[in-house]
Order: sequence, then structure tokens, then C-alpha cells
Amino acid sequence: MASGSGTEFTSSDLTPELARLRDEIQGYAKGYGLDFFEVIFEMVDAEQINSLAALGGFPVRYPHWRFGMDYDQLSKGYTWGLQKIYEMVINTDPSYAYLMKANSLVDQKTVMAHVYGHVDFFKNNTWFSKTNRKMLDSMANHAVRIREYMDRHGQDTVENFIDKCLALEDLIDPFLPFVQPKSRDEKAEGETRAQGPGAGRLKTDRQYMDKYINPPDFLEEQKRKAEEAARKSRRNPAEPMKDVLAFLLENAPLEDWEYDVLSIVRDEAYYFAPQWQTKIMNEGWASYWHSKIMTEKALKDSEVIDFADAHAGTLAMAPGRINPYKIGIELFRDIEDRWNRGRFGKEWDECDDMVERARWDRKLGLGRQKIFEVRRVCNDVTFIDEYLTDEFCERYKLYTYGFNRRTNQYEIQDRDFRKVKEKLLFGIANRGQPLIYVTDGNFHNKGELLLWHRHQGLDLDVRWTRETLTALSEIWRRPVSIESEVDGQKKLYSLVDGEFAEKFL
Amino acid sequence: MLYNIKRDHARFRNIVKGKIKENLKKYVTHGEMIGRKGKEQVTIPVPQIEIPRFRFGDKDAGGVGQGEGNPGDPLGQGDPQEGQGEAGNQGGDHSLEVDLTLQELAEILGEQLELPKIEPRGHKTLKSKTEKYTSISHQGPNSLRHFKRTFRETLRRQISSGIYNPEKPVIVPIRSDMRYRSWKSDVRHENNAVIIYMMDVSGSMGDEQKEIVRTEAFWIDTWLRSQYKGIETRYIIHDATAREVDEDTFFKTRESGGTLISSAYKLCQKIIETDYPPSEWNIYPFHFSDGDNWSGEDTKLCMDLLEKQLLPECNVFCYGQVESRYGSGQFYKDLKEYFGAEHESVILSKVENKEGILQSIKDFLGKGK
Repeated sequence: MASGSGTEFTSSDLTPELARLRDEIQGYAKGYGLDFFEVIFEMVDAEQINSLAALGGFPVRYPHWRFGMDYDQLSKGYTWGLQKIYEMVINTDPSYAYLMKANSLVDQKTVMAHVYGHVDFFKNNTWFSKTNRKMLDSMANHAVRIREYMDRHGQDTVENFIDKCLALEDLIDPFLPFVQPKSRDEKAEGETRAQGPGAGRLKTDRQYMDKYINPPDFLEEQKRKAEEAARKSRRNPAEPMKDVLAFLLENAPLEDWEYDVLSIVRDEAYYFAPQWQTKIMNEGWASYWHSKIMTEKALKDSEVIDFADAHAGTLAMAPGRINPYKIGIELFRDIEDRWNRGRFGKEWDECDDMVERARWDRKLGLGRQKIFEVRRVCNDVTFIDEYLTDEFCERYKLYTYGFNRRTNQYEIQDRDFRKVKEKLLFGIANRGQPLIYVTDGNFHNKGELLLWHRHQGLDLDVRWTRETLTALSEIWRRPVSIESEVDGQKKLYSLVDGEFAEKFL
Repeated sequence: MLYNIKRDHARFRNIVKGKIKENLKKYVTHGEMIGRKGKEQVTIPVPQIEIPRFRFGDKDAGGVGQGEGNPGDPLGQGDPQEGQGEAGNQGGDHSLEVDLTLQELAEILGEQLELPKIEPRGHKTLKSKTEKYTSISHQGPNSLRHFKRTFRETLRRQISSGIYNPEKPVIVPIRSDMRYRSWKSDVRHENNAVIIYMMDVSGSMGDEQKEIVRTEAFWIDTWLRSQYKGIETRYIIHDATAREVDEDTFFKTRESGGTLISSAYKLCQKIIETDYPPSEWNIYPFHFSDGDNWSGEDTKLCMDLLEKQLLPECNVFCYGQVESRYGSGQFYKDLKEYFGAEHESVILSKVENKEGILQSIKDFLGKGK
């Protein structure tokens, strides 16, 4: 098949029967108030869905071995009956969703209902609001550009460079799309304050008040601040910057094609970011709706068992694991129930009479409205932080676990609500990965790059730090370092001319 | 679309095989294998290339789980880490997990390692007799009475002797009408095989080394079981003396003290002599050690035992040397020197760490013997 065109895979149409089912399910979804982009369903076989899944749902991506690796796993898993992909949908407008040809009708219906849930989420959740809805075209475009570079510079050269970029792929700032650029006034104000002999002096019309309003130690303090600010502004970046990729794009000595490749990797990373920021919610929301639509509307008597079977399969919690589908759907149901019965607010929080709490029902009926609000404004972090309750933890028997080096195995650590929540949040905020910032692009005053790991209790893995620094140094082409902590002491890992060094500061 | 992924796939496989992009070779990992614990649930060995990233130490992070248990309870073999890789890249994909049978597992192993089917020796000299209740007899206990056949016999007798009245169909069986289920002997010619595991449990073999032996033994077992019906396993542990033990003890014992490998070989020889006549059995002795032997004298004795006694009786003799901090690894060198690297029925393999297990299994079983 010729490559490069995004439309060629749209060869398979829905059968009339499936088209009828789609219209039916779509009607139910709209009836419940779901609001989605147009969804185009594609019929695919196992082979196709495995390749699509390996490519992140997109039919055309740039050539890279890691897609082949994912494909290898998916197709092996499928061949040996270990796993199969049930549904897949991509966040574009219109949205594309894939239906497995071999699935039974009841499966197809469930998948469709699930997909409408996802697409409603894509369209309405704030965290998706800045994503590129024409990503299908952009991905194909990226592929064309990278292929061109490969033709010109050789596949190995370009792919090796991509490998390096991928090592840094996570170093973006998912909140950046939502940051308003600083206004000019704010900037100007910062500048004037830093200059002139009366810098930092508060204005007053009454001379006699001046020594009270601007006492000497206050002026001294202001002066120090001003100098600090001036020193900072000479620094690049002025503040620690989480979007390391953007910093590299601006400051690293890149060839034109390298610049473009890095910006492609960054674009795609930003595109996928909201999906991991909202994994629990997104899956929970879609599962909530497929279950609602199926059980209340679409399910025929003869299909109940099959549906229950598949539904139970996706929501099953293997001991020791958290299934985002399950946590998500149950939290949404919990929220709906609490807002229906008025189990929120000051009165509820302050009530410690267990009998009354158990009986509590204000018959407010605000549940549906509330969950729609939650799906609009939350991401996983705020979702868990705000709505995970003590009762919920207890009902679903959540615990924290950790590795015990003494016994050499994983052990249950705690069932305390706060600990569970903390651990859960840690795992989803920043994907449970270290927070890395770039702090200085002129480290040692020699054009070296300094990163900073914001230590939150866990140390960096030294081997992978070395490997990642190696990749980074090949992009920066000068020595690179990262400042972290070990046992409460600051430690600097550096890579200078291919030599890795670590030292305590 | 498909063309695209096939190309990426081919590229990935070439990297794993080390044909291209040598610089990535160090990032190749072989998926974790989980042994036969609890149910027969396992993960398949799938090679992966890890792209380096800043990350926390592997086991430091911990996480949140769900289920019964009290603080301090171990979580067992199942790795509680969440699914690996970039699951978040897709809008949403479901995965289903299914149990595998050991037979399927062996197939997967065979395919992954490109293991040849084993050519058994001693062409089906062994008769195995199974008894199946597929036959009918005139005598037997009441519990085995065959109602339908008895009824039919009675009916037949009554009709032929004119007693039967269709108007009033009464069937009264007499003694000679009675039929009983009976067995038939089913004789099959089969290959039988015995695996004799020997392990050095002297002080220098640590837990990690034993874990390697255990995993390797599991896969060898699985593969050979798929090739032979009715396989038997025997276990020998040795330090300065050898004794036969059951499976559990085999993997758990830790002794201290010296090592006389010959003691194990002698015991192995004795077991074969008493229980497994080589004309009827395919015999697979596997010996795992860290390569330390007490003396050169004993090593010499070992070579002698191997060459004169064991090798003529076995399909292959496999020696796996598990690297340990304390072991010198001398025995491997001695064997190699004595038998040469390409001896047809002595297979030597070094297992450096867990990642080396697959290669070692391939060494052992790759010859199809």
C-alpha cells in the first residue's frame, strides 16, 4: 500500500446492521446529554488494530522501531490469546474509532457506547481544550517530513536522533498551554523596580512619613531583591523551566532538520499529555456511559450475559493492581450518588454521627449535573484529590504497597486513607516520574546545561540518569549536568565529554 | 498502513538481534518470566528496548493496590506494577488477560527460542498400559451394571422366545441378560524420559543463583514435558556429599561447606542404574553449580564418571554454571577442556544473570536431543 495518505485506511464501511446500531446508540448517548464530535467508525481486523494501536491510534506515523516493538508485543499477546484490544478511539475532530471485525454484535454496541463517552470527554474536558484536533493530518505531515530527512541524511542518522529526543520526551510542561503570557506592564514594572537609586522605595506624598514607610532595613531588603531579580534576568532561563524540550529548541545548537525533528517529538508529546493526565477519569467516564447506555437502553435480553461478561472483564481488579477503569467508574458513581443525596458540603463534613450519616439523604438529585461538571473541569489529580473519600477507600479496600528490601518482596504498607490518597496522587501527578527543570543554560559560565531534579523523597536511578544525560549531551553538544538529592544531600550528576561523574555538593 | 508497521517491526527485530544499531543493544531487556506459582499464569518472554529516561529507582516507588490483607503482608509473585509502557498513548484500549496452559507455554517457548523437536532415543520401547471402560462383559459388580445393554438383551430374549407382549410391555431380566461395563487395556508404545537435576548447594550458591536454577528448571521441565509423555523428575543436592531430595527441598536447601561434585554424579549414576534402564528411558541429567570443586583430583574423578558411566546412558548431559560472586567457575573450564566445546552429548552453558536464562535454555535444548 502506498504510504503517506491518511485516507487510505478508510476503506471499510459499516455494515447496514452496524450502521443502524450506531445510529441507535448515538441517539441514546445524545439523549443522556453527551456532547461529542462526529465519530467515524472503521471496521478493522486484528492485524490492523494491532498496528494501529502500536502507532498510537494513527494510521500514519513516522518510521521508528519503537512502533515495531509495540506491535511485536500486541500481536504476540493477541496470537497467544493473552490480550486483545477491544476498542480504540483517537482525539480528533471528527473522531476515529475502530471496531474489531470479529467482535460480536453486543461487543460492538458496548464499544460504540464506550467510544461516545470518550469523545464527549475529549470534546468537553478542559485539559483537552488545547489539543490539536487535526492531529491525523499533522501526524501524517510529521511522517512525510521525517521520511524526507531520512532520505537526505540516512535512516540511521535520523532515527538515532529521534531516539535521543525520545529519551527527553517526558520533559514537557503539560500546564504550559494554559499559561497566559506575562503582560507587558508586569514585565516593565519588574524592570523599573530593579533600577535607579530609589529602587524599591514605596511612594509617599508626605515626606515626614517616608522614614516610617521606607525604613532603612526595608530599603536594604528591596535592594537585595532587586539585585537578585537582575541576576536572575541575566540567567537563561530566568526561572526553572519545566519544558526542557522548548528550551533545547531555543538554545541548543541544532541543524535545521534536527530542530524540526525535536519539535515534532515535542508536539506529539503535548498532544498525548492530556490522555495520561486524565486516564482514570477518561476511562471511568466512558465505562460509566457504556454501562448506563447498555443496561438502561440498548441491551436485549439475550445479550445480557455476554455484556456482563465483557463488562466484568474490563472492570476486574486483579489483586494488587489498580484498574483505572474501575476506580474511575466507581468514583463517578460515588459522586453522582453523593450529590443526589446531598452528601457534601459543610453540614455533611461536620456530621460525625455514623447513624445519621448512613441515613443521610437530602433528595437533591444533583448527581447527574455534578458529574458533567466534574468531567469538564477535572484532571486525574484534582479528581482524586477532590472526590476520593475515606469511605471509598474502605469500600474498595485500597492500600499502599512498597518494596521491602529486607524481605526482598513487595508488601502491603498502609490502609490509612491519607496515605493511600497521597500515594495515588504521586503516581498520577507527572505520571509518577521525577520532576525535572532546566535551570541554567550557561552553567559554569561555559555554556554547559544544568537541569534540576525537584526531589520529593525518591532518588533518581543512577544508571538511567547516566544514559539520559548521554542522550541529552548529544543534543546540547556541551557538558550537561543534573542536580538532585541523595539522602538529603545535594548531588550533581554530570556528563562531560562522554565521561559520567557524580559528586556531592 | 500495514506495510509501514511491518517495516518498523523488522527494524525492531534486527535491533534486538544486534544486527543494526549496536548502540541500542544495551537497552534490550527480555521480558520477565514468572514461574509456576499458584495458578499457571505466566508472562511470555518478549524482548523490549527501553528508551532511557530520568526515572526513580525501580523498586522505590511502590504504589496503590486493592484487596485483602494487612500491612506487612507480602504481595506474592505477581508484580504489582501497573502495566508497562505507554498505555496512555491511546485514547483507550482494553486488554484482556487469559491463563495459559503449560502446553501452550511450551509452544511459545519453542517458538521464541526456535527449539527443535526432540528426537527420542530407544524408539518406543516402553509400553504404557491404560485401562479404559469401553468394553462389556457378562459378569461384574452391580455398580458397573449397564442398564441399557441389559434391557436390550432382555428385550431381545423375550421377543425371540415369544414372551414379549407389545400390549403389556413388561421386561424382566434374568441372570444371563445382565451386562456389565468392563475395561479394555490400551497398550501404547511411548518414550519415557527422566530429568535428573543436580545442584550444588554449598555455601557459595546464594538465593539469586537458586532463583536462576529454579526458573531454568521450570522452563526445561515445561519443554521436555511437551515432548514426552510421562516424564519423571529426580532431584539431587550436593555439597561434599550428595543426597536425593524432593522438589521443595531441592530449591530451598542451603548448606555450607565444601563441594565434591563427584558425589552427585555417583548418586546420579546409581539412580539411573536402579530405576531407569537406558534402553527404555531418555535420560537428561542437568547439573547446576557455580563451578567450584574441592580439588583437581575430584574433578578428574568427575570426568571419568561422566565419560565412562553417565554419557553412554544419557541423551545429553547438561552443565549449567551460574555465576556467583564467590565461585571461581573452574569446573566449566575443566569440562570444556576435557570434552571440547562441541561435544555431541555434553552441553555446557554459563548463566550470568536472570537475563541469561533464555540463552542458556537455548544452549541446552537447542540441539534437539
